[in-house]
Amino acid sequence: SSWWSHVEMGPPDPILGVTEAFKRDTNSKKMNLGVGAYRDDNGKPYVLNCVRKAEAVIASKKMDKEYLPIGGLADFTRASAELALGENSEAFKSGRYVTVQGISGTGSLRIGANFLQRFFKAGRDVYLPKPSWGNHTPIFRDAGMQLQSYRYYDPRTCSLDFSGAMDDIARIPEKSIILLHACAHNPTGVDPRQEQWKELAATVKKRNLLVYFDMAYQGFASGDINRDAWAVRYFIEQGINVLLSQSYAKNMGLYGERAGAFTVICSDAEEAKRVESQLKILIRPMYSNPPLNGARIAATILNTPDLRKEWLVEVKGMADRIISMRTQLVSNLKKEGSSHNWQHITDQIGMFCFTGLKPEQVDRLTKEFSIYMTKDGRISVAGVTSGNVGYLAHAIHQVTK
Amino acid sequence: MAASIFTAVPRAPPVAVFKLTADFREDGDSRKVNLGVGAYRTDEGKPWVLPVVKKVEQMIANDNSLNHEYLPILGLPEFRANASRIALGDDSPAIKENRIGSVQSLGGTGALRIGAEFLRRWYNGNNNTATPVYISAPSWENHNSVFVDAGFKDIRTYHYWDAAKRGLDLQGLLNDMEQAPEFSIFILHACAHNPTGTDPTPDQWKQIAAVMKRRFLFPFFDSAYQGFASGSLDKDAWAVRYFVSEGFELFCAQSFSKNFGLYNERVGNLTVVGKDTDNVQRVLSQMEKIVRTTWSNPPSQGARIVATTLASPQLFAEWKDNVKTMADRVLLMRSELRSRLESLGTPGTWNHITEQIGMFSFTGLNPKQVEYMIKEKHIYLMASGRINMCGLTTKNLDYVAKSIHEAVTKIQ
Repeated sequence: SSWWSHVEMGPPDPILGVTEAFKRDTNSKKMNLGVGAYRDDNGKPYVLNCVRKAEAVIASKKMDKEYLPIGGLADFTRASAELALGENSEAFKSGRYVTVQGISGTGSLRIGANFLQRFFKAGRDVYLPKPSWGNHTPIFRDAGMQLQSYRYYDPRTCSLDFSGAMDDIARIPEKSIILLHACAHNPTGVDPRQEQWKELAATVKKRNLLVYFDMAYQGFASGDINRDAWAVRYFIEQGINVLLSQSYAKNMGLYGERAGAFTVICSDAEEAKRVESQLKILIRPMYSNPPLNGARIAATILNTPDLRKEWLVEVKGMADRIISMRTQLVSNLKKEGSSHNWQHITDQIGMFCFTGLKPEQVDRLTKEFSIYMTKDGRISVAGVTSGNVGYLAHAIHQVTK
Repeated sequence: MAASIFTAVPRAPPVAVFKLTADFREDGDSRKVNLGVGAYRTDEGKPWVLPVVKKVEQMIANDNSLNHEYLPILGLPEFRANASRIALGDDSPAIKENRIGSVQSLGGTGALRIGAEFLRRWYNGNNNTATPVYISAPSWENHNSVFVDAGFKDIRTYHYWDAAKRGLDLQGLLNDMEQAPEFSIFILHACAHNPTGTDPTPDQWKQIAAVMKRRFLFPFFDSAYQGFASGSLDKDAWAVRYFVSEGFELFCAQSFSKNFGLYNERVGNLTVVGKDTDNVQRVLSQMEKIVRTTWSNPPSQGARIVATTLASPQLFAEWKDNVKTMADRVLLMRSELRSRLESLGTPGTWNHITEQIGMFSFTGLNPKQVEYMIKEKHIYLMASGRINMCGLTTKNLDYVAKSIHEAVTKIQ
């Protein structure tokens, strides 16, 4: 007999399941709207030009493959902090922060979650928006934290339930941890407006909550890196010392290279050093030190003026294509004769869109039109192209009229 | 300003081996030698990017069909299959019977951690944090942290290094296994034990396996130096393969940091050997859940390099050659150091220097002597007396040998 006889089969990942089913489908018109990766207007993965250039620069330097420090590539972590906080940020200039390299967004979130479990003595509760990225819950749970939620998405309007959120947040016990999506909320695409962010900041401050920002789409949401980081920067300016997780998977297309960063804003540089020392103690028994390749590419881009300029253009290009697909989807739906209000499709931002479609409608889209998405009605706008947006609009109209 | 929630966060001590390198870097003495951190160095004292790695990186760079898309959660399929095949052997019965699984991991550390997290959740009942975990005395210091952070509450040591005779304390080891509660987990170094460089002989491994089988002890191999230890991949994998042939279910955490020189790309693999396909599939499905909340999916660059190399007969042959180059240089430094110490008449016996294997040698120097080496002679080694043979070169052999001689004769 085996040691593992009692091990249950883990439930299949819902999102991966979508892609698997898509692959098996032989319909030439099939669309994969589950994928959380950018596609160009031909539906192909897109390697940024600035990335290719950075890779060539790196290759020409013929560097060795020695271990990185536990906290990662210094050029990368410093540039990441500056990108998020802004070069004029007092927190950045004073050095009252620590940034360590993490394994893309997931790894960065997990470092933070483990850090909270070990050093945040006030409580175990982490408040997530409802809904949130599916992996947030197991990440915090595996780190030993407990999950709670606050209202966020209003399914009736497919937009932000601001009063519900404010109500719930005002009731969160002091010294709890609250997670906020910095921009391009996943999965809904619904972000607070700046005035709403201001009110959220005031409430969060009044309730003495520890804020953990997840920023996986800086630049990718609006096309403007400063605009997308506005909430993070505003909170810090208000004296809220946040935790922050960054990912370069989408905004630099570095998905499989796992480039990310975890930042803690501290009271002062001395505290930052203490926190850094403890982060290293957490990281070492996880994977010792992080992978170089993605971080080096990102650092080269961020720190080389020409490449940085080119990156800003390319990330805006990606964001603009997404925005234009949203616009075209709505206009095509109108052309189909749909009488529903589809404004949320253009109001929402980022890679994902909560269409408002119900599970039965999603089922029909898949069975009758070979259009694949997750059951919650979420589509990845990145999977939409000028070539298939008409088909998508037609199909959605058929199942919703 | 309000008091910070982090006010009470204490400053953690730096990880010793990295502090050693940091101190070495700051040392301005021209004679300085770094015998600390475990990375290969050429005879010029430089890091070495393997020629086959350079070649494959160029191939990858020129391949415009490649992109940076996410790998599957468990990693690059070609990497996983080839990596496990390297550990278990082409003709492994376990592979033929389709009862192995692989998880691409962030280096050997990552593979250990995924295995540890899985065991804590699913081994010896569910979430049995009380299952004893045995780690050799001494061992790589991070082993302890990996299992503690994975949630195990009862970490113990098993006898391993006999300081008096400077060799393996087999009897002590076997006794510990006899006394260990059934189902305990044992971390075994597949070859080139870190830090002692002392491995059981095949006969001794057979004795170890017999006790483990009888007492239902779980073998978790750490294989960080396959090929690098003796120069032969098969020889260095003998213990793991023997256990498989004896019918054990086991884990083997593999690192490609040293044998491929891919340190900073974090290339590792957790090989799972089970009784049958069904068990292994369920185990992998649960490991996938663990990976998803740790790093989601692994980095692609290093895995691509290794997979491409292992899958091509020609590149594979080149790689084995590169590995032998490294192993041979280490063997040469061992014999050169030993012969110098014996010529100098340094008190004590020094055959352990050549009898030990792999990157490291437990010199037998005590902490005071180590301090002398560092402070007076600017030769950096771990407080345990561990030296990295790769830090030795034809240029510094004399200086190091003389310094050891001084330390041993001046300091008791």
